[in-house]
Amino acid sequence: MRGADPTAALPYGDGVRPLSDAPTVPTSRTEADRPVRDAAVPAALAVTNLRVTRGDALVLDDVSFTLPRERFLAVIGPNGAGKSTLVQALLGLVRPDGGEVRVFDRAPRSEPRRIGYVPQLKTFDRSFPATALELVVSGARGRWPARITATERDAACAALERVGATRLRDRPLARLSGGELQRAFLARALVREPDLVILDEPATGVDFLAEHDLNHLLEGYQRDARATVLMVTHDLAAARHHASDVLVLNRTRIGFGPPERALTRACLEQAYGHVGHDHDLVLP
Amino acid sequence: MDALLEPLQYAFLQRALVGGAAIAMMTGLLGVFVVQRGLAFLGDGLAHASFGGIALGALVAYGVGGAGLLAQPLWVALPFTLAAALAIAWVRDRTDLSSDTAIGVFFAVAVALGVLFLSMIPPDANVVDVYHLLFGSILAVGPADLRIILVTAGAIVTLLVLAWGRLAYATFDADLAAADGLPVRLLDYGLFAVAAIAVVVSAQVVGIVLMAAYLVIPAAAARLAARSLVAMSVGAVAIGVTTTLVGLFASYAADVPSGAAIILLQASVFLVAALTARR
Repeated sequence: MRGADPTAALPYGDGVRPLSDAPTVPTSRTEADRPVRDAAVPAALAVTNLRVTRGDALVLDDVSFTLPRERFLAVIGPNGAGKSTLVQALLGLVRPDGGEVRVFDRAPRSEPRRIGYVPQLKTFDRSFPATALELVVSGARGRWPARITATERDAACAALERVGATRLRDRPLARLSGGELQRAFLARALVREPDLVILDEPATGVDFLAEHDLNHLLEGYQRDARATVLMVTHDLAAARHHASDVLVLNRTRIGFGPPERALTRACLEQAYGHVGHDHDLVLP
Repeated sequence: MDALLEPLQYAFLQRALVGGAAIAMMTGLLGVFVVQRGLAFLGDGLAHASFGGIALGALVAYGVGGAGLLAQPLWVALPFTLAAALAIAWVRDRTDLSSDTAIGVFFAVAVALGVLFLSMIPPDANVVDVYHLLFGSILAVGPADLRIILVTAGAIVTLLVLAWGRLAYATFDADLAAADGLPVRLLDYGLFAVAAIAVVVSAQVVGIVLMAAYLVIPAAAARLAARSLVAMSVGAVAIGVTTTLVGLFASYAADVPSGAAIILLQASVFLVAALTARR
């Protein structure tokens, strides 16, 4: 039965380790405010009582968490849980209706060069005439390139090599597969050597192999650059295996903490509704 | 060779060639952003808004009796069309309505106002030639018109070249550009405002009905052949300028309306590009 139930309420990959069935759901405020290891170094992300509305809809309500630097945070939750809105708030693309967002102890958009952002690709317009190289250079420059300098070319090629996409360099975006486009966008995010990498559902539409690579690539970059990673994902296995922290979101904060404490049955049931019967995800 | 150079001795044709090339350069560069942002209908909408503006300008000119700045319909048409463009941008920005819908609303209102204003001018007043208004009169460009065209085109081309990297980035993906600190909303409104000015000045020459073609066809044809946005920009300008110059000569030689000759030439380039484009 392992992973065979098409009606599974939870999307998850292969190789999921059983989740512990912790007796309490870590939803209390104190859980979010775990002390930063070094008090002198401000946290990478500090979100306090964040509230965001769109029209009449309350998309995020009373979301608080603090993420120290050099952590790998997976944000999970059902569709419409407000995950992308949280990302937009961190990037300064939506204005909070309440609460506060701090990125490296500053207001969002204060230091855009320190953030490498990989957007959701399902809304991306592929009709834009550009090569993968130009896409990566746009990340380094913060403008769209007309002419590319030798230095920019070298940096962009190094970033493409890092994500295993050297051969895509001169390929038009319209001719990249989902996984290839994903890599090009990741190279675009990494080329500026960011202190914080934010990925919005990178696994969407990408085959498992590419996704597998992606998680390792991110871990490698995080280690080398001592960077912080925030990844919105539907993949509970990735959250469990690669993240140091997990935020379970469904409009409000359902759980936050290390995977073994955030990915509990109680937490997931609260976020997704009924978890299911025999998915090996949770212990009896 | 002499037969080819012979028309060049006429001042009216020289002005048409220079003015047409300047308009083609300006609208070609602008058209890249219009096409790539899916705003092809904007050229039509703004041209028709300028019809309302020119009609109002004609009414005002009739009212002031041919004296002062207001005797030129352009100076009323310019703020009128600019206001319409910013209103379209505002509706896009503040509501869920699509660009086409927002443009469609203002398009209809401006044309209705234009018809109303024209009806208020006695037919024998001889202030405005509706046929020229609709279909343009590039061969009737006077020295004063040419100065306005050159100043406007020079300013807009300079502005677009300076803002190109930012505009292109915001056109590629508004969220990525905004996350990198670009003033995406200002660029949006700025693009609409610049388009309005370009359309008012050009529509007097190429005609309201054919104006949209200048904004769309060269950029669309270049898009089919180009692999990068900068190549598309260069291509759009090259196609626009070449078809304008060749079309003007051809229309003179064959004695056909110049606006129609230029647009049909642009359309043939587009057709060739579409047929030869690799998918």
